[in-house]
Amino acid sequence: MKTPWMKIAALGAAGALALSACSPSASEDAGAEAEGGGGGGGDTITVGIKYDQPGLGFREGNNPPTGFDVDVAKAVLAEMGYEEDQIEWVESPTPQRENMLENGQVDMIFATYSITEERDERVDFAGPYFMAGQDILVRSDEEDITQPEDLNGRNLCSVAGSTPAQNVRDMYADEVELVEQDGYSECLTFLQSGQVDAVTTDDIILAGLAATEEYAGQFKVVGNPFSEEPYGVGLPEGDTENCEAVNEAIQTLQENGTIDELLATNTEGVDYEANAELNDNIELVSCGE
Amino acid sequence: MEDILFLFEQYPIFEGFWTNIKLAFWSSISAFTLGVILALFRISPVRSLSWLSAAFINLVRNIPLTVLVVMAVLVFWGQLQISLHSDFNTNFFLLATIALSMYHAPFFAEAIRSGVNTVPLGQAEAARAIGLGFFSAARLIIIPQALRGAITPIGNTLIALIKNTTVAAAGSVLEASGVMRTMIEFNPNLMVAIFLIIAIGFSLIVIPVGLITTWLSEKLAVTR
Amino acid sequence: MSNQYVLFDTPGPRAKRITTLLNIVVALLVVGVLVWIYRALDAQGQMEAHLWWNAINVNAWVNYLLPGIQFTLQAAAIAVVSSVIFGLLFGFLRLAPVRALRWISMVIVEFFRAVPVLVLMVFLHFFFSQFMAAVIDPRNSAYYAVIVALTLYNGAVIAELVRSGVRSLPAGQREAALAVGMTTTGSLRNVEVPQALVAMLPSLVSQFVIILKDSALGYIIGFAELLRYSRQLGAGYGNIMQALVVAAVIFIVINYALVWLAQILSRRLSSRTSGDVAIGIPGVVQFAGDAPAEAETTDTRSQAIIAKEQREE
Repeated sequence: MKTPWMKIAALGAAGALALSACSPSASEDAGAEAEGGGGGGGDTITVGIKYDQPGLGFREGNNPPTGFDVDVAKAVLAEMGYEEDQIEWVESPTPQRENMLENGQVDMIFATYSITEERDERVDFAGPYFMAGQDILVRSDEEDITQPEDLNGRNLCSVAGSTPAQNVRDMYADEVELVEQDGYSECLTFLQSGQVDAVTTDDIILAGLAATEEYAGQFKVVGNPFSEEPYGVGLPEGDTENCEAVNEAIQTLQENGTIDELLATNTEGVDYEANAELNDNIELVSCGE
Repeated sequence: MEDILFLFEQYPIFEGFWTNIKLAFWSSISAFTLGVILALFRISPVRSLSWLSAAFINLVRNIPLTVLVVMAVLVFWGQLQISLHSDFNTNFFLLATIALSMYHAPFFAEAIRSGVNTVPLGQAEAARAIGLGFFSAARLIIIPQALRGAITPIGNTLIALIKNTTVAAAGSVLEASGVMRTMIEFNPNLMVAIFLIIAIGFSLIVIPVGLITTWLSEKLAVTR
Repeated sequence: MSNQYVLFDTPGPRAKRITTLLNIVVALLVVGVLVWIYRALDAQGQMEAHLWWNAINVNAWVNYLLPGIQFTLQAAAIAVVSSVIFGLLFGFLRLAPVRALRWISMVIVEFFRAVPVLVLMVFLHFFFSQFMAAVIDPRNSAYYAVIVALTLYNGAVIAELVRSGVRSLPAGQREAALAVGMTTTGSLRNVEVPQALVAMLPSLVSQFVIILKDSALGYIIGFAELLRYSRQLGAGYGNIMQALVVAAVIFIVINYALVWLAQILSRRLSSRTSGDVAIGIPGVVQFAGDAPAEAETTDTRSQAIIAKEQREE
């Protein structure tokens, strides 16, 4: 008499277990492992990147990732003696970057990671390998927007909960109409159709987005950055050894012009130049403080 | 306790709920109107109208509301460039109202249809037998009874609609669930209290509607 | 169309002519509107083949749509199983002979039915990533928040379904069980709930449709399900409209399949229970002892009358 109930309970429990075993990150890890397995011996290194930032860190499924951050990571690790197939890529979304370094889920992070004092308390930074600054992206034929003050009375798009949009509102243009989206890619579709007049965030992110095949030639970065965002390499607290190695590699890559080259290839087709003043004399942080 | 007072001072909790109420008010009116039209089409003897209504009902109620709200902003406004208002907040509010109305209209239509179904055939036959035409039969005999039968399902749809106004958060509308999100983000230590404030807020809106529905349906019940 | 006969008299020759005319007008209108929409979209450049192709080619399916469908179905399936367990447990407690148990379970059930699922989801998402990081990988907290929120809400709805299912059984079932010497809980467990459950199965499938649709709420808290994947696809390839339309069509197809299954089930099962086997309206929460059950009975009655009339014709 009890069997039907037992059956239901057993079936339910078994089903729930079987299904929850393949949670989103579990399948992601499996993919990464399968890829890492092809390397054949040698230590692998886990690198956190963005998966959804075209031009900086972008990856579709298990295809090889692309973008400026990814290319810099590859070059730095090559200097440090790692082959490309020893690198295991992992997605590190903005809110989880510190956590992932603390839990040891990643060995280093190249993901539009600005060095700030607040973050420096939880993790260590090497670099910076690039100096970004908040800037404005507009349609190529836009003449009237050259600085943040020009945004008054215009429509602006930015990412929900992000500081860039609030910055503009608080400091430059309090009469701007602001729409917040989940990602900058959505903002670009609005900019393209004309529903907003400008998109704001770090210049390199804007340039990377505008360089995607679908949008090439349609947008320009205003080129008047109004903040300084030093992009560093995130490392677990106290990893001085890697920090020094990364710094050394970055030094080399800056001197032989590789970083400039990588920047140029990843922002091709966009009217954009990195802030020369800041990027010509990058002062690397000192490790182990 | 002080922390909680601070929350009420610091964050637009009441404004958030007020947005939900406004959304619910406007979208329930337009969803109900659309629902009546759909129901009339659905039960009309004109095949094409009936099919049209069935097609709309079956398409819309199988699409998640979130998809409709996101489409309203990303496609309707973002791609097709249909602006309803130059002020962004009003514009997104109107878009969310349209999405909510579209989504709930089929449920109102089904509620009304099930109400019409509660009217026994004999009532219509009797009405015709005493010589009433279509409109007088509908007005005097069928619709009053049908509406009474439809009260409970209409009330349930209304409750679902009120709760679903939170989905407007996906369409860039700042309402209670969005306020809750911001509050928790900046005060993670008060997480449970914040959740309870919002949850109780919704209960205070939803429960009276449920009670009124039950009361009405009992008071107006047709004894057969 | 059973209710034609309630509101409308059987059409005579003039009414038939008007109907035909109306049919033609409506058909023309529909075609006209569709053409107008197509033209408007075409004028916006939204009908270009490559935009649509990018939303349905191999890359779209492999990297976006299939993973999206997988996680949508997976989250919904787990939520269905666990909400049935939750629902049975609380449905039982709602009928328990101890008053305190009935009260506590009623408060819990009513609470989860009154709170919007999204509010629950947002809270659980933060809660899991803040306090449960040791148990749940923070990267998965959105996924688990979706499952748990759907479980609590739909479990509460199912608890009500169980309760009203038992209530709607003929009293004779319970009386017979008591007469052969079963206790009240014995009768509940062995006679009433199993029958109510069989009668509920079709509504449970409609509940699956609701859960599946509600899993799209996970999009708002960052759970990578079908909607999020297709939005990413659209944002990456500049074809957001096409990608979202594809997602909507996929949702419709899956839900249609489920509703179809529910109809087959309800036909198969009506012989195995003394309760009403009725399909609820997907998306509308059915409250205890509702009119719909009554509505369905009149519906079948009038259908039977029409069927008879048609046979006679």
